[in-house]
Amino acid sequence: MADLKTNFLGIESPNPFWLASAPPTDKEYNVRRAFEAGWGGVVWKTLGSEGPPVVNVNGPRYGAIYGADRRLLGLNNIELITDRPLETNLEEIARVKADYPDRAVIVSIMVPCEEAEWKSILPRVAETGADGIELNFGCPHGMSERGMGAAVGQVPEYIEMVTRWCKTYYDKPVIVKLTPNITDIRYPARAARNGGADAVSLINTISSITSVNLDNFSPEPSIDGKGSHGGYCGPAVKPIAMNMVAEIARDPETRGLPISGIGGVTTWRDAAEFMSLGCGTVQVCTAAMTYGFRVVEEMKSGLSQWMDEKGYSSVNDFVGRAVPNVTDWQYLNLNYVAKAKIDQDQCIKCGRCYAACEDTSHQAISMSEDRVFEVMDDECVACNLCVDVCPIDGCISMVAMQPGETDPRTGKVVQADYSNWTTHPNNPMARAAE
Amino acid sequence: MAQGQMAPGIVAGRLSSDELAANFDDLHPAYAPHEAAVAADRCYFCYDAPCQTACPTEIDIPLFIRQIQTGHPEAAARTILEQNILGGMCARVCPTETLCEEACVREAAEGKPVEIGRLQRYATDTLMARGVHPFTRAAPSGKRVAVVGAGPAGLACAHRLAMLGHDVVIHEARPKAGGLNEFGIAAYKATGGFAGAEVDWLLKIGGITVEQGSALGQGLTLDALRADYDAVFLSIGLAGVNALRAAGEDKEGVRDAVDFIAELRQAGDLSALPVGRNVVVIGGGMTAIDAAVQSKLLGAENVTVAYRRSRAEMGASRFEQDLAASKGVRLMFNVMPVAVHGNRSAVEIELEYTTSAGGSVTGTGETVRLAADQVFKAIGQTLKGAPEGLELDGRKIRVDGSGRTSVPGVWAGGDCASGGEDLTVTAVAEGRDAAMDIHTQLSA
Ligand SMILES: Cc1cc2nc3c(=O)[nH]c(=O)nc-3n(C[C@H](O)[C@H](O)[C@H](O)COP(=O)(O)OP(=O)(O)OC[C@H]3O[C@@H](n4cnc5c(N)ncnc54)[C@H](O)[C@@H]3O)c2cc1C
Ligand SMILES: Cc1cc2nc3c(=O)[nH]c(=O)nc-3n(C[C@H](O)[C@H](O)[C@H](O)COP(=O)(O)O)c2cc1C
Ligand code: SF4
Ligand code: SF4
Ligand code: SF4
Repeated sequence: MADLKTNFLGIESPNPFWLASAPPTDKEYNVRRAFEAGWGGVVWKTLGSEGPPVVNVNGPRYGAIYGADRRLLGLNNIELITDRPLETNLEEIARVKADYPDRAVIVSIMVPCEEAEWKSILPRVAETGADGIELNFGCPHGMSERGMGAAVGQVPEYIEMVTRWCKTYYDKPVIVKLTPNITDIRYPARAARNGGADAVSLINTISSITSVNLDNFSPEPSIDGKGSHGGYCGPAVKPIAMNMVAEIARDPETRGLPISGIGGVTTWRDAAEFMSLGCGTVQVCTAAMTYGFRVVEEMKSGLSQWMDEKGYSSVNDFVGRAVPNVTDWQYLNLNYVAKAKIDQDQCIKCGRCYAACEDTSHQAISMSEDRVFEVMDDECVACNLCVDVCPIDGCISMVAMQPGETDPRTGKVVQADYSNWTTHPNNPMARAAE
Repeated sequence: MAQGQMAPGIVAGRLSSDELAANFDDLHPAYAPHEAAVAADRCYFCYDAPCQTACPTEIDIPLFIRQIQTGHPEAAARTILEQNILGGMCARVCPTETLCEEACVREAAEGKPVEIGRLQRYATDTLMARGVHPFTRAAPSGKRVAVVGAGPAGLACAHRLAMLGHDVVIHEARPKAGGLNEFGIAAYKATGGFAGAEVDWLLKIGGITVEQGSALGQGLTLDALRADYDAVFLSIGLAGVNALRAAGEDKEGVRDAVDFIAELRQAGDLSALPVGRNVVVIGGGMTAIDAAVQSKLLGAENVTVAYRRSRAEMGASRFEQDLAASKGVRLMFNVMPVAVHGNRSAVEIELEYTTSAGGSVTGTGETVRLAADQVFKAIGQTLKGAPEGLELDGRKIRVDGSGRTSVPGVWAGGDCASGGEDLTVTAVAEGRDAAMDIHTQLSA
């Protein structure tokens, strides 16, 4: 079994699977059970300032998007930060950390954007013995209306300022949690780095309306006939999260900044993908909320099996391995030519590829009287749509043409060398190839 | 106290009422909404869908399944009923394993087709439970059409004609409409009085009068119908039965399977229905299987289907065969009856082994005797009472692709007419198509 031990910012944990700051980490009872179930670490549910705690709605706070058989694909919530007294949380954090010294315990914090507020809470958090803090600049609902959460995360100057305060008044690692509700994730990430952040974590939830009740026209979840945008998470957000992670991982200004990946991590494979894009740990919320704490068992066994198969002895062997392969469109090899190929033995003749290509793509699939579907190489542009709609995994594959072969669609001979848009003759900005 | 399986002879009440109720319960229970959603989600929405091509009424299956998926089973039902007004019954009785579900691409892929029949039932049940009829009639055409026989073919034809604005009178020999839906289909396929309820619902379209006890050939003649109506559609099914031609066929205890089934379907109380201890059914089609299974479900101890050809040649589908086997019916292949033994009543049946290679059946000379106090003949129904003057095609009324017979103004469809398998769904398709052709002619 591969060793899943992780060292992130000097914080050790037996595996890279942390529970994200959310209901699963809202109290001692949960966190103890999570650690017993095998989670490597937790980011405690976000703490607010001293004083009367926030209040939550007393009606439904979640909405959902389902796949077949009510498989939960996306969850949305209008929950706020912890609604329990600060003191209670701090006492519990200290007790849990003392009992689980080998696990990562990070404290998430969100207080108003005033230096005094941060200055007063940080020493109290430090006293708990927790391993670090995470600044919640992400929450897109409720708290943002009060100038916190995403309202800070959307203004790079604030991120930098608050991060600097934290680095000033707190000794241990500071992780800045980013909101995806922004046009270009690199700006807040750069601000965090400039403020001295030890790492960023992302993504927090995405502003969303999951559904509308068509009887009373209230968005869901509905509170007395009205709804508010909530934060979207779960499997549906993973592609968005991974892109944002990759953008930060490959940005020259933030390259090398440690990342804790969050957003839709549900299986070992999701985790491996996030980690290959540069994440030292991953955080999980929805998967735990959907299936309970014991999902981590599968994540651990799956990741270590894959590592064994690949011959990786430590997570460091593959963290960031995919980053060099993320590039801009303009650098993709335009000399690479592929064609779709249908494996007739696997084909079940549903005709979906035909409908897709004929109606919406390039009319490159033929259909015979007796329902044999074949790709016409002289029309196929290799768009991959047929592969994506075919119900049989592996039935249609994209086969690369070899250099020297002639592409029957364009009549051009496939070149062995690499050539991209920057030098393409159709590009008015093309730099002459010297 | 129930008599039990061992009671000798042909007796009623072998099983308790509870056992009988359980035995004759729905073969394929209705889907709950969530089950339907999951089942519907398995459909790939195929292009030029093979299942649709395989359906004799060409229901747009991918569309109706998608409508279920998106939460509109009533719309799905409409899609079904536009093509097949008896979609509710067909959902229950179609041998889907040889029709749509056999053609389903998921059958090819994994041997587990989308459960089209059950989804169809879910849709049509949902709509029918609302008690409304989804179609309305076109403006009156002033034309009148006579339909003879109120089975699936006649009902489908009448409904389509009524929808198109024509007035229809159905002449039905029996005291109840429905044809074999009411008198033939196995009880566990159409539970809860569905056949009758479906006829009532269908007639809500209006413009259709059913004259029960009005039989062609008994006071009613084709010439008179042709004189009184603008068109005539014959859908009289196959009212005759083939003879066994075995010695002792006339002994007590030997009877036609279809009569037994009709009696069973009409029985108010199954515990009052007598059945033998040792039942032998002669035949290899759906009727044979249904008679055998229902005998077993009534409490017969030993039930055997004796078929003169091989399993591969059997008319009943593999699904039907397996259903029978699962109920404890014994299937014997390549045996034919030579004699029924007993004094006045049947006691034993003597069967001769056969070879059936190349179509013809030849006895091998070797025989076997089975205890048999009841013998059901299920060796095929025949056309009976077809009016003189109509050209036949083999043993059925000759029709062309649109159901026209050799006599102008007279159409025919369903089991009595040539072409197509003898199935409920085929009868519906033929009735509907004949109606469209009649309409074209009457509108010309
Ligand atoms: C036992 C049995 C089980 C079957 N099971 C299935 C099954 O599971 N699935 C399936 O798809 N098919 C099944 N079939 C076949 C199916 O029932 C028939 O194909 C279908 O009913 C044919 O419809 P039809 O309208 O042509 O004839 P019928 O249903 O036979 O209706 C004919 C009607 O005409 C009436 N009639 C007859 N003669 C006259 C006359 N002279 N004047 C007035 N009225 C007359 C009859 O009383 C009857 O009402 C089964 C058949 C039998 C016998
Ligand atoms: C009900 C709920 C409450 C949450 N509360 C917080 C919070 O207090 N602080 C925080 O930083 N993130 C919070 N999140 C966001 C999660 O930590 C996480 O970033 C997000 O759910 C994406 O991960 P997932 O796809 O694994 O759920 C919350 C999420 C949910 C579903
Ligand atoms: S890759 Fe695109 S163009 Fe080629 S056959 Fe498939 S759908 Fe058509
Ligand atoms: S989508 Fe796949 S399975 Fe369906 S016809 Fe095309 S290649 Fe065959
Ligand atoms: S063949 Fe099967 S999967 Fe395809 S449309 Fe028909 S029911 Fe759906």
